[in-house]
Amino acid sequence: MDIMKIVMVGIIAALLAVVLKEEKPEMAFAISIVTGLVIFVFVITKLNSVMMVLKHFAAKANIDVLYFSTILKVIAIAYITEFGAQICRDAGEGAIASKVEFAGKVLIMVIAIPILAALMDIMIKIIP
Amino acid sequence: MDVDLIFKIAAIGIVIAVLNRVLNQSGREEMAMMTTLAGVVVVLMMVISLISNLFNSVRTMFHL
Repeated sequence: MDIMKIVMVGIIAALLAVVLKEEKPEMAFAISIVTGLVIFVFVITKLNSVMMVLKHFAAKANIDVLYFSTILKVIAIAYITEFGAQICRDAGEGAIASKVEFAGKVLIMVIAIPILAALMDIMIKIIP
Repeated sequence: MDVDLIFKIAAIGIVIAVLNRVLNQSGREEMAMMTTLAGVVVVLMMVISLISNLFNSVRTMFHL
């Protein structure tokens, strides 16, 4: 069972972080980062098969590759942005965290612009 | 899943804390500061390699 492993890792890391927080807060912070990364990498490798199925469906439904890859990129940006912002917020830097989130939103918007343009084209075509 | 890294960082933190305490007690504040700095840099190197690993896996997963 993978979830048991993850929960155990989380509990042990939390214990170590609490032990170290008294003496060395920066080491406790590093432990929290590394735990987050380990769990994240472990989980994201599990996503591979789901991605395969999604790609298969997209190919079956004749969805343009551009749109599908755009959606994947948006999901990836959201994941990474959330991760970085959470770490910054954990360290007590709420301002930096909100800037990271803002950057993620802007980059998602930049990536999504081609889809918006395609939608606009369709609307202009429909409305005479 | 490489849990070893978590234990490694915790061990480094405990060792650095003990060294810091001992050096502070014997009146060598500058050496204590140096050990703290060295520990932080070593841990940072580990964390950075793990972060680049994460970014690579995300990049291959989502075909960025």
